Amino acid sequence: MASGVKPRVKVPKSASAGEVVTLKTLISHPMESGQRKDKDGSLIPRSIINRFTCDFNGQNVIDVKMEPAISTNPYFEFEALVPEAGEFTFTWYDDDGSTYTDTKPIEIV
Amino acid sequence: LTVLPFRANASVDDLIAEFTGGADLADSGVDLTAPEIAENGNTVPISVDAPGASEILVLAAGNPTPAVATFAFGPLAGSRMASTRIRLAGTQEVIAVAKLEDGTFARAAKTVKVTIGGCGG
Repeated sequence: MASGVKPRVKVPKSASAGEVVTLKTLISHPMESGQRKDKDGSLIPRSIINRFTCDFNGQNVIDVKMEPAISTNPYFEFEALVPEAGEFTFTWYDDDGSTYTDTKPIEIV
Repeated sequence: LTVLPFRANASVDDLIAEFTGGADLADSGVDLTAPEIAENGNTVPISVDAPGASEILVLAAGNPTPAVATFAFGPLAGSRMASTRIRLAGTQEVIAVAKLEDGTFARAAKTVKVTIGGCGG
């Protein structure tokens, strides 16, 4: 596991039923591209997060396939439809097999 | 003796053909927002928006590996828009190809001038 991986997400606390809300996610990760060389000139092996998903109450919002061209500390901003109160689940999949998840509840007002 | 051509990286055309199955690409239907000039190629903000798209493929034609990301929108996607930050090795064209729900495809491209490359070569 890459060290110090910490997901951060920004989700509104509440929405009205059927509202579209903007979600922002950031995860600290070096996203080693596999193109860089160390000081001895040998390639540093690729080690990235290769997939990101966001679901709401078990239904998918977005599913992103990520390549090494995604910047260090991957950031995503997108919109979700909130039909009811519930919980967003954010999942990041690392090349090394680790997964990182974060969840955020949202209320209906 | 036959030597099979070995290519570590699929080309942009191959990646688009794989995504579209060889279908024609319309010139409108997808918006790609990217800066004209990026001082730092390590983190270039881009945004794609294609109303009615089920998937959007993003490519950077001048990177060592052109694939950047593929956004697939689920039933609870509030729009067909997404923003992220990408690496660009140098001045080049960024390409977005959207798969629309009617089965057609649309393409947009934008040239980004990069002052400092982002692949640490």
